Amino acid sequence: MAQVLIRNLNKKFEEVHAVKDVNLEIRDKEFVVLVGPSGCGKTTTLRMVAGLESITSGQVLIGDTVVNALPPMDRDIAMVFQNYALYPHMSVYDNMAFGLKMRKFKREEIDRRVKDAAEILGIQSHLKRKPRQLSGGQRQRVALGRAIVRHPQVFLFDEPLSNLDAKLRVQMRVELKKIHDRLGTTAIYVTHDQVEAMTLGDRVVVMKDGVVQQVGEPLELYNSPANRFVAGFIGSPAMNFATVRLHEADGSLWAQGDGVKIEVPAAIAARLRRYAGEEVAMGVRPEDLRVATDQDGAGLSVEAIVEVVEKLGSEILLDVQVGRSTMVAAVEPTVPAKRHDRLRLALNPERLHFFDRASEAAI
Amino acid sequence: MAVPYALTERPSYAGAPRRGPVTRLLEDQRWLAAVLLAPTIVLLGLFIAYPFVKGVELSVTDATVGVAGHFVGLRNFAALMGDSIFRIAVANTFLYTAVTTVFKLALGLWLALLLNRHFKGKALTRAFVLLPFIIPTVLSTFAWKWMFDPTFSVINWTLFRLGLIHARINWLGDPGLAMVSVIIVNIWRGVPFYAISLLAGLQTINPELQEAAAIDGARPWQRFRYVTWPLLLPVTMVVVLFSIIQTFADFQLVYVLTGGGPANATQLFATYAYQIGVGTGLLSQGAAVSLAMFPVLLVVVIVQLLYIRRVEIH
Repeated sequence: MAQVLIRNLNKKFEEVHAVKDVNLEIRDKEFVVLVGPSGCGKTTTLRMVAGLESITSGQVLIGDTVVNALPPMDRDIAMVFQNYALYPHMSVYDNMAFGLKMRKFKREEIDRRVKDAAEILGIQSHLKRKPRQLSGGQRQRVALGRAIVRHPQVFLFDEPLSNLDAKLRVQMRVELKKIHDRLGTTAIYVTHDQVEAMTLGDRVVVMKDGVVQQVGEPLELYNSPANRFVAGFIGSPAMNFATVRLHEADGSLWAQGDGVKIEVPAAIAARLRRYAGEEVAMGVRPEDLRVATDQDGAGLSVEAIVEVVEKLGSEILLDVQVGRSTMVAAVEPTVPAKRHDRLRLALNPERLHFFDRASEAAI
Repeated sequence: MAVPYALTERPSYAGAPRRGPVTRLLEDQRWLAAVLLAPTIVLLGLFIAYPFVKGVELSVTDATVGVAGHFVGLRNFAALMGDSIFRIAVANTFLYTAVTTVFKLALGLWLALLLNRHFKGKALTRAFVLLPFIIPTVLSTFAWKWMFDPTFSVINWTLFRLGLIHARINWLGDPGLAMVSVIIVNIWRGVPFYAISLLAGLQTINPELQEAAAIDGARPWQRFRYVTWPLLLPVTMVVVLFSIIQTFADFQLVYVLTGGGPANATQLFATYAYQIGVGTGLLSQGAAVSLAMFPVLLVVVIVQLLYIRRVEIH
């Protein structure tokens, strides 16, 4: 068991600066997820921790050891690859045993560990098969098993579930979580899927263009995103944004934009005051919009025209037009909205987000 | 209200031509299969089956150039048993094939592994590696012949200038060295085929496997031994067997370089068959020498087919 420290990590390929000054502290037994769109540097960061990619500058420490110059085999890590990377000519058993054989473990010990891992993963009956005789989910289990038997200090996962179909992915996600709870091995997990990130991570690291945008617990990212990118990336459907101009009138702060005129709640008005007279981006999540009733004041709702009604069963997603821009509202499944309906949507005043137009940082 | 179109009439494709008798015939799968197979059957029959049958026919007669000959049974083959030059040719062919195959495989694999890495000018280098393979053998062998020439040998000159030798080496005149020379040229010509074929094989191996093995603790040699080699084996088998067939029946290279000499030191199956059959005009005996190769090549082909089949089943 070990912590992983990443200090001022940089990776430059010939023309691309893929990872820029990344600093992370991954605690012992923690499950940390790196998430971001493709090309954000998350996989490169993971590969530098693994030792599969050279480090341009900065340091990676596993436990208390600087591992920059160590080859992968001496870092005491195990990695699960996106395409499983199982040895096609070896049986499931040999795939799992290979790392132990290379490390000259005794035969009985190898046998014990492989069988233990196979039991945890429910693949005892497949040990003699070749990888091509297995389904995608089974292959992924074998890849996991190959990592587990090693009892490494750190697990590294590189988008391990992205080749599975949606249903299996959800199931494997739960199993991964259980396995981590059981083994307690420090884990770094890379994905582009924010749902995976939110459900698996003790903490989530959001990256974009090689730069860490925010590090925090899932709900922290969801409730108080550090900038507009994180706000838009975390949560599905994505947060709605509108450009509004802040101005003071009648002793309160108003946010006014195309089709929007909202009285900013007093609680957050204080820190927004210095932007009075300026344009800012206002964000509101689909689930923080609902169909307004008579009790809702005009200052906290917007006029909307329904364009598309998506009935998901548990909720309805309304794609609506507000002014000239579009928004998505997640409303109760009983709302009888139809296309072209004109309705008022009330905003949850506690859950409005504001972002600086230039820096995109949260205000 | 209009009656729906589909209820009133079947759609007719105006202007579609009526199908002629040929079209109707070809719509029968049996006829179509026969028509599609015909070109291949004609080509194989004309250029492979016919010469082969003709060769077998010749080998059991006493035909010579200009004389049709009579059936003599297996007398030609019996005569070969007592022919000391034939025995030398057989031994030479096996030696030649065995030595060159081992070296071609080792060097070709090494080259393929190097070419499989990322470096600048990769595409150009790969193209250049093929050169010995694409230059007509007779041309390149003539160049080698000059390099081995007792008087003008550039190899001797270089070795002499480097102070490694003090007298001329008679590359093609000495029986032992002649075989070595022939083997060297065959290796030179054959390595590109191995290198490019094995490179193609290497590129089908997922590079993530190397990374997984590295993380699993396998050192470079172990990664080759336990991951790359087993996965490359099917391609290697096919390449080696093809190459054995080619080398076993090699003719041009030896013919140009030594003509089988000196004193039959480099005589192979094919050159001996040519020498007897065409050189001395004993067509039937030449055919018998050629056909004596057949059992060996047949075994190689059977091994190859069985192996390919086993790989396909798995």
